[in-house]
Amino acid sequence: MTTPFLRTRLRLEHPGFTLDAAFEVPDTGVTALFGPSGSGKTTLLRCIAGLEREADGFLEVNGECWQDRHAGRFVPPHRRPVGYVFQEANLFPHRTVAGNLRYGADRVATTDEAPGRDEVVALLGLGPLLRHRPHQLSGGQRQRVALGRALLAAPRMLLLDEPLAALDRASRAEILPYLERLRDELAIPALYVSHNQAEVTRLADRVVLLEEGGVRGSGPLAEMTTRLDLPLARNAEAEAVVDAAVAEHDPVYDLTYLAFSGGRLAVAGQDLPRGNRVRVSVHARDVSLALDPPERSSILNVVPATVTGLEPDDGAGVAVRLDAGGTPILARITRKSRDLLGLEPGTAVYAQIKSLALAG
Amino acid sequence: MLEAADWQALRITLALAGLTTLILLVLGTPLAWWLARTDTRWKVAVEAVVALPLVLPPTVLGFYFLVALGPFGPIGGTLEALGGAPLAFTFSGLVVGSVAYSLPFVVQPLQDAFAGIGRGPMEAAATLRAGPLDRFFTVAVPLARRGFLTATTLGFAHTVGEFGVVLMIGGNIPGETRVASIAIYDHVEALEYGRAHLLSGLLLVASFVMLLTVYALNRRFRLVGL
Repeated sequence: MTTPFLRTRLRLEHPGFTLDAAFEVPDTGVTALFGPSGSGKTTLLRCIAGLEREADGFLEVNGECWQDRHAGRFVPPHRRPVGYVFQEANLFPHRTVAGNLRYGADRVATTDEAPGRDEVVALLGLGPLLRHRPHQLSGGQRQRVALGRALLAAPRMLLLDEPLAALDRASRAEILPYLERLRDELAIPALYVSHNQAEVTRLADRVVLLEEGGVRGSGPLAEMTTRLDLPLARNAEAEAVVDAAVAEHDPVYDLTYLAFSGGRLAVAGQDLPRGNRVRVSVHARDVSLALDPPERSSILNVVPATVTGLEPDDGAGVAVRLDAGGTPILARITRKSRDLLGLEPGTAVYAQIKSLALAG
Repeated sequence: MLEAADWQALRITLALAGLTTLILLVLGTPLAWWLARTDTRWKVAVEAVVALPLVLPPTVLGFYFLVALGPFGPIGGTLEALGGAPLAFTFSGLVVGSVAYSLPFVVQPLQDAFAGIGRGPMEAAATLRAGPLDRFFTVAVPLARRGFLTATTLGFAHTVGEFGVVLMIGGNIPGETRVASIAIYDHVEALEYGRAHLLSGLLLVASFVMLLTVYALNRRFRLVGL
């Protein structure tokens, strides 16, 4: 990371809770602020937007100082060019969808480069909703309008506060593809607050892990999800994220082959062009290990790898971190298997991946 | 029909209520906004003071204002020293007294309406580049419109219905401080029941229509999700 886009160290004390977090964000991609509820994610995001007046510390964005207690500087929220999407969309009930979209756009300084209204309306599929009032919209539609409204205010950075948390499963599934399109088509960085691991693996490029108001660690997604010293890699849902590209289609068996740094993976046939970048999530519990190349097995995906770390949990299990040609993968095995195979850092193994899924 | 003196009393009543309501909206809006948002421990004290006219006998309020506004009172005396005239027994004095008397009827609906908005829409407006005044007028005021409607109506109607305070501060000077409610009292005293009936009926119907309009509008606002 060269000069970071955002640099901060913020402190905020509430009764029974202290936020004290320092981290940096690069100028592209989605950075997830990830952690359990009560870890201070939302508060941190509010501090960055300037919505927490009591916050103490330092915040620099794109070379501008937004907040510095020592210099007595506090840029008020309406002078911070961020696009904030709240958990509860917070649309203006007295305005139509079109009126909500206009609110931010009308206040953009003419020197700022704002995305075109038509472009945003098309990107988020808002066309049919423009004349509606917020109370006529579903939860997912409201969040899409809130996203559009934030984008039209010409933000230098998007701040998304669990935009999916208040939605039901169906609305979530409806809005996720829009978020992915935003990530892929917008040039501005985004901070994405979430406590949902699946969302993070699907959307984020980097992760800042928060715990009890402090930063436990931060780094690229693939690294953060597989670091054995962090809870992400040790919980039951642990999964590795593999960046791959579509290499070949096999129409006879309806399979698609993906190439990544550690080899090839077969997945169920995908309607994607060759060379298309995809993100594959590999659950630790779906990976088993063998010392010899397995023969006569039904498992198609076998990848040679090297053990780089082992972390036993409280019970019978061990989390194993593997390196497959530079891509970290996790496996979850039993302590007994570890001892039978004599696994230790450096052991060469074959990782058999029972199933994997595209994660957007 | 109505005699000239009664028309005059009605005109003064309307002028007093209109002016009082206007002043109350100007003064009461920032006060209500502050009360709806502040966490200071002074809040309860201020709220209690604002609510005082609800429980005090109007004659008590009127008596203190009479003393304060008279030539020897702190307000009237100061005015006199500055070359003005004391406010007791003048229309201006009535306005001052009415503003105090009807204060809770304007401030409380506004405060409730502002509190009901919550911080969400205001924070959203702030992140959309709207400064404090901008977001007050483009978000808080439109969202509190039911509160404004109620405050305006109640402030106006309550001032029209005022009697004790007016009598104490204003006396009963025809063409200056003689409002409709006092004219009715005079008519009854003089056993002119016909004239009392006319004025009373007029006030009754006007008040009913006013309240009916407010409730109907508020219902409509609710139905369209405002």
